[in-house]
Amino acid sequence: MSHVGYVLGLADDALVAAQRLGEWCSRAPEMEEDIALANIALDQLGVARMLLTYAGELEGAGRTEDDLAYLRSAHEFRNVRLVELDNGDFAVTMAKLLFLSVYQRLLYDRSIGVGDERVAAVAAKARKESAYHVDHSSRWVVRLGDGTEESNERMQAAVDLVWPYTDQLFEVDPDVHALSVAGVIVDPSTLRPAWLAAVDAVLAEATLTRPLDSDSSVVRRGEHTEALAKLLAEMQVLHRAHPGARW
Amino acid sequence: MLFEVFIRPRRGLSHAHVGSLHAPDAEMALRNARDVYTRRQEGVSIWVVPATEITASSPDEKDAFFAPAADKVYRHPTFYDVPEGAAHI
Amino acid sequence: MYGNDFAPLLEQVDSAERDLQQAAGRDVAAGADLQGYFDTIVAADQKIEPRDWMPEAYRKTLIRQIAQHAHSEIIGMQPEGNWISRAPSLKRKAILLAKVQDEAGHGLYLYAAAETLGISRDELVEMLIDGRQKYSSIFNYPTLTWADVGAIGWLVDGAAIVNQVPLCRCSYGPYARAMIRVCKEESFHQRQGFEILHTLSHGTPEQKAMAQDAVDRWWYPSLAMFGPPDGDSTHSERSMAWKIKRFTNDELRQRFVDMCVQQAGILDLRIPDPDLRWDEARGQHDYTQPDYDELMRVIKGDGPCNQERMEHRRRAHSDGAWVRAAARTYAEKRAKNAV
Repeated sequence: MSHVGYVLGLADDALVAAQRLGEWCSRAPEMEEDIALANIALDQLGVARMLLTYAGELEGAGRTEDDLAYLRSAHEFRNVRLVELDNGDFAVTMAKLLFLSVYQRLLYDRSIGVGDERVAAVAAKARKESAYHVDHSSRWVVRLGDGTEESNERMQAAVDLVWPYTDQLFEVDPDVHALSVAGVIVDPSTLRPAWLAAVDAVLAEATLTRPLDSDSSVVRRGEHTEALAKLLAEMQVLHRAHPGARW
Repeated sequence: MLFEVFIRPRRGLSHAHVGSLHAPDAEMALRNARDVYTRRQEGVSIWVVPATEITASSPDEKDAFFAPAADKVYRHPTFYDVPEGAAHI
Repeated sequence: MYGNDFAPLLEQVDSAERDLQQAAGRDVAAGADLQGYFDTIVAADQKIEPRDWMPEAYRKTLIRQIAQHAHSEIIGMQPEGNWISRAPSLKRKAILLAKVQDEAGHGLYLYAAAETLGISRDELVEMLIDGRQKYSSIFNYPTLTWADVGAIGWLVDGAAIVNQVPLCRCSYGPYARAMIRVCKEESFHQRQGFEILHTLSHGTPEQKAMAQDAVDRWWYPSLAMFGPPDGDSTHSERSMAWKIKRFTNDELRQRFVDMCVQQAGILDLRIPDPDLRWDEARGQHDYTQPDYDELMRVIKGDGPCNQERMEHRRRAHSDGAWVRAAARTYAEKRAKNAV
């Protein structure tokens, strides 16, 4: 995975997460939560836009944030499968958000001093937002895990469902590894121990059981579930129907 | 549970009441307050207080509470004559 | 930014806020009895506050009006929320998401104001869900194209602002303060709608047609937002005396029409009213009234989207029940352990 591919990966994680969180709008369990989820979606969208713009510049083919968001097909998206999974119930959404935001928090934290100054600048802004996403999702996971019998069952089921998709966050890629050795970017595979420790602490407080790791080989970025093509069909439909139009 | 929300708009100013919201506990109320009442950078500090924990004066007791202060004008600095030429007072 | 003149509306909000503070500073020689005290405060343009005595009908009128207003904000998230996933650029997606989020916030401010009158939000939400309380009929119309998001911003939010700016001077303190906050935030909503329509209108022929079609569909329902004509309005007179309402339905409707005509010119879009013309003698525009029979039908539940809007709200509420129960249970456990 090239440098551009790496930046696109970060951007697409944020973009697809924002798209899924936006689907909650007007559907949250409580009005206050509607506002909170929209805030998190807006944070993710903001990061996605900055990184897509930068990826377009790195690529050097003159593509804008909108070209990259609206005119790529599913197989060209670099996001992990975790973010594209359907929202499911509120427990699934919180499990997805916890796993993603702990990863993003660590990644952004460590990206602040990297050689890629653009990524470093985005990370400096995004890490404060991620800290809030971690706080929000971990408190909900604890509340649901240690709430009623029903909420405990739902939260455990959600963790079990989403867990197998977390491996992909730490994919080891030779190009990315080389770039990280040169100090340009952070190698996500190095984040795993800290991620596991943070997630374990939340699951323990929530009285939830961490699922066993699967033996299946890690799925590379760029490989997707069926959900992504559907998500993109909806997201891109209007933009693609009017080629070249301004909005 | 109903919480009343107080926000300090900037450093140097007091917290002021801005409204209320619902939350199951104070921890969540604080976070909801951030999302609901500071979307446009309206504050630097938030207090949330369970509405049931506030003891309020009643409008019926208004006179007993506040009228006695009306004739104590000597509490206000403008009550005093300051001789001309007295600086820094 | 496009020469459209929104500033006076914001200035009106600011001046309402200044007047609120000024009136608060005036000494009022209050009557001895409760009704006399209430009347004096209202006459002096001061504010009635939650624990003050107030006529029961005043309280009931306010609860009904503020609740309906709050419900409208919450139901009003749906027609535009419908386009968040398909917004045609990332910038538009961010703006729309922030806007719909604001509506949830406005609903909350207003529920909070209603709660100061001695009714709980749970009760109000129940009354919305079982149909005992209404929301604005405008949200029972569908958003068929992206241009509808623009038309809602320009026309529906525009009409809402014309309606709401005078409410910043309402005699009930918590409502007036909530409205000042809401109106300040709403001005961005109208501008983003205007900007969407302006961009479409100056874009491709398909985009322009889309914009015109949206204005054609939203114009008359927007006019109907001001309520029935003054002669048929049941609540108007008393609300005016209590200074809950400051202008009649027809006065506000006229103000809205006069405002839109100039802006439509800049948008290069046609207002779908062949009889719309400037009346030199009145110094106002003559215009065709909306179909009030249709308005009454939609209020009674027979609009194009009444079922969907209510069903959506009910589902969100019932789907979230287990989450709210879990949060309550968790809080109780924690409180018990803390003792």
